[in-house]
Amino acid sequence: MSQLILWKEDLQQLFHRLQAAYRVIGPLAADGVVGLAELENLSSLPIGHRDRQGPGVYRLENVGDADIFSFVVGPDSVKRFLHPPVQHPYTFRKSRKRLHIASPRAAPQEKPLAFFALRPCDVAALKLLDKVFLESPLKDRRYQAVRDGVFLLAVNCLHPAETCFCHAMQTGPEVRDGFDLSLTELDAGFLVEIGSEKGKEILNGVPTAEATARDAAEKAAKLEASRSRMKRSVPLRALPQVLYNHLEHPRWAETAARCLGCGNCTQVCPTCFCTTAHDHVSLACLAQKEAQWCGSRVRLWDSCFSLNFARVHGGNFRTSRKARYRHWMLHKLAYWIDQFGTPGCVGCGRCITWCPVGIDVTEELEAIAASRNVP
Amino acid sequence: MRKARLGVFKFTSCDGCQLSLLNLEEELLAVVDLFDVAYFREATDKPLRGTFDLALVEGSVSTERQKEEILNIRDRARYLIAMGACATSGGLQALRNWASLSAYKARVYPSPENVHALSTSTPVSDHVYVDYELWGCPVTRNALSEVLVSFILEKKPALRGYSVCMECKRHGIPCLLVSQGAPCLGPVTRAGCEALCPALGKPCYGCFGPKDDANVESLLSRFRLMGLRSEECRALLDKMNTYAYRKVQGENRS
Repeated sequence: MSQLILWKEDLQQLFHRLQAAYRVIGPLAADGVVGLAELENLSSLPIGHRDRQGPGVYRLENVGDADIFSFVVGPDSVKRFLHPPVQHPYTFRKSRKRLHIASPRAAPQEKPLAFFALRPCDVAALKLLDKVFLESPLKDRRYQAVRDGVFLLAVNCLHPAETCFCHAMQTGPEVRDGFDLSLTELDAGFLVEIGSEKGKEILNGVPTAEATARDAAEKAAKLEASRSRMKRSVPLRALPQVLYNHLEHPRWAETAARCLGCGNCTQVCPTCFCTTAHDHVSLACLAQKEAQWCGSRVRLWDSCFSLNFARVHGGNFRTSRKARYRHWMLHKLAYWIDQFGTPGCVGCGRCITWCPVGIDVTEELEAIAASRNVP
Repeated sequence: MRKARLGVFKFTSCDGCQLSLLNLEEELLAVVDLFDVAYFREATDKPLRGTFDLALVEGSVSTERQKEEILNIRDRARYLIAMGACATSGGLQALRNWASLSAYKARVYPSPENVHALSTSTPVSDHVYVDYELWGCPVTRNALSEVLVSFILEKKPALRGYSVCMECKRHGIPCLLVSQGAPCLGPVTRAGCEALCPALGKPCYGCFGPKDDANVESLLSRFRLMGLRSEECRALLDKMNTYAYRKVQGENRS
């Protein structure tokens, strides 16, 4: 794979090339957090900002950092765009004689999406979402409609937050595959790696130079420094068995006493995909003479932390917060491995930062895995 | 086919939830098409007569006479639905449940002996069986519409029992607690408002009451770590759903 240098002032040109062909979604600071939104121009990036993150704490500060990509991930991920929080999969209308169901095709997008400055953890998350929505026996058409043609411009992470643990999950801080272009921010410019034909093509006309061995060494050193700043560890090789061996560990109940069951961790998780559905019928529709009733199916992001999530006809099989927390961690770090051959966690640290009481999944796992003899 | 008889009743409350029903606006005509509005003092002067297929009850039980009235309405109603914070948790007036009623009366009224109130204000469910509860101060049009539609279609209404946080995240509203250190009750409060206050940059103050399985104690511990004093935490909860939050706290401790 050839490596190139893109000077910092030429990032603008790359951005314009993308903008010509794609709707560019990237980091945008609003209301004190780095969110994801359509970028109008490069200057709307939160340049010079640092996100100070800890368990249950997030503060965005403009520290005038010399690096452009000095911040990492906020609460939002690509999930919001590919798997939107509110969807209306179909509408229905029932008259006395027949039931008519219409599933409108998603309106064709004017331009496909380009994710600008996507982090390695989120590139990994996107691969996991693809497994769920596209590689299962039942494909999600809506997901596919947005996913097709997506451009991924990844940025390697040199300033991980305190909550980041991609290194432990082996998804970062360097993106390995699944991207079209990747950038590593060096002192003078960006080291560019081309991950696909699409990536190569978008560089057409953007001035670049051949990278030297010194550039490659600078990149390696910066990434090594980034790795060493991530202190959290995950006993990957002990998974999933270590969790199956400790289903009645006392730690579950201790965590449940702190857990609010609010669902924030699952909503900010870039791979949590669960939804709930109900049928919405309006009063006005019921009063219509020509139809007995009509309305739409509503699909909403749901969370396994909600009490009703596991309610089925005749009962609820996870009535305690302990059971719900345990289920969530087991799904992420055990059932996923059984089902897909890889954990459902990418180490982005969002669930740690955005938990209002700061429950740290790596700390919980460590506590459970450490005491191998406790049942 | 005869139309279902709808009754709307008021106990101790501000009438705001009944107004939410009248605020259905364009859907209000549909309500009249679908239901025989047989008793609704805010809208008609029809006297209380007969039985009801659906009774919507606003307000808390706060006097001796109301204790009788609520039994009477339950007897007349096939389905009884409590609407609003007063009916579901006793309302703001339940603040007196932990105070001296005679002291309050003496302070407010020139002739306190004329005030015939119980020493407690309690939700409808403390007195009779309630089929569904619509939380909120006031209830939302969406919830009212959903419950009326569900009655007609004989289905279970899709009411939310999870946290306000879920609505914040769906709407992409940054967490005020985590990103600003604001004492937001969202994580222990029932959704349904579509995160109205956080959307405007204000922390949730719990007008929908405790969510399913709310962990109030843990959130308050967090607030205390953020520097709030115990009495400030108490004041956050001592609003229109004080009785419901206190019940949950009792359960958390036991």
